[in-house]
Amino acid sequence: MVDPDVSQYCLRLGDDALVLAQRLCEWAARSPQLEEDVALMNLALDLLGQSRSLLTLAGAREGAGRDEDDLAFLRDEPDFVNAQLVELENGDFGRTMAKQLLVSAYALPLWQALCGSTDADLAAIAGKAVKEVAYHLDHARSWVVRLGDGTEESHLRMQKGLDEVWPYAFELFESDPLLDRLVARGVAADPAALQPFWRSCVEEVLAEATLSVPSTDWRPSGGRRGTHTESFGYLLAEMQHLHRSHPGVSW
Amino acid sequence: MSSAQPLWEVFVRSKRGLSHTHAGSLHAPDAHMALRNARDLFTRRQEGVSIWVVRATDVVASSPDEKDAFFDPSGDKPYRHPTFYDVPDSVTHL
Repeated sequence: MVDPDVSQYCLRLGDDALVLAQRLCEWAARSPQLEEDVALMNLALDLLGQSRSLLTLAGAREGAGRDEDDLAFLRDEPDFVNAQLVELENGDFGRTMAKQLLVSAYALPLWQALCGSTDADLAAIAGKAVKEVAYHLDHARSWVVRLGDGTEESHLRMQKGLDEVWPYAFELFESDPLLDRLVARGVAADPAALQPFWRSCVEEVLAEATLSVPSTDWRPSGGRRGTHTESFGYLLAEMQHLHRSHPGVSW
Repeated sequence: MSSAQPLWEVFVRSKRGLSHTHAGSLHAPDAHMALRNARDLFTRRQEGVSIWVVRATDVVASSPDEKDAFFDPSGDKPYRHPTFYDVPDSVTHL
């Protein structure tokens, strides 16, 4: 069933999950402790699984015969439509957890809403994802509170990491004509409707973590239109080079 | 970092009706994190429906030095096994 709008929407969701998974994977063997290493890789695997389903669905609705691998490995930077927040460099562990909190507090109400999507395939993906991101949110919340309300050093670094990624979160709640059409059809979640949950959830965590809500009004944006931050090309190069050097390779 | 954190013993119940079984141990700063680490380390392949974590220092263990006194006396008492009974043919499911 060819449906360019749904295809593009799935591409956005799939790219968000794929790029965040790739970033989390950079922590492999570098985490503060062995237990956390496994925890982060579990999160990454959840997201990778989501992205595989979403990119497969995006390819099917596109109707051009592209599969998940074609979409993940053979598109170039301007073709990726993930939000810039997920591609931001990890920085230290505190900054990574700040990013995880902001993304997960958006992903939970998103997938909850998409469980009721009029697109049955998307609703099925949402049914699985909603349990995964609930744990992701719990994981991020635990660490943000622990580090924010920890030592003087951990508090400073947690606040710094939060300040750095905070402005990028608001792209997640932007609307555009594509989303307007899909919301009207009952396929997509209305991003503006997700923001109240996100706000109250994040502010509650930050209060418990004794962190302050950043006050900047700077709102970088453009990921959904293929505009990305400087580090994104390097992420793609690492993610795609194997597939491009050895087309069709598997193990 | 890990060495400064207490050790926790992890017990996993594989399904309802079975008892919790020792699965391994891990480091974590407190019970909250220990439970989450245990979830990520020991139940990622659907091994469990319930987890207990116990501080390793709270486990009271028998000493290897007492092994003989503790366990050897039961070695020559096979009659404690229920193997000397004839099971009637009418009893099934044993």
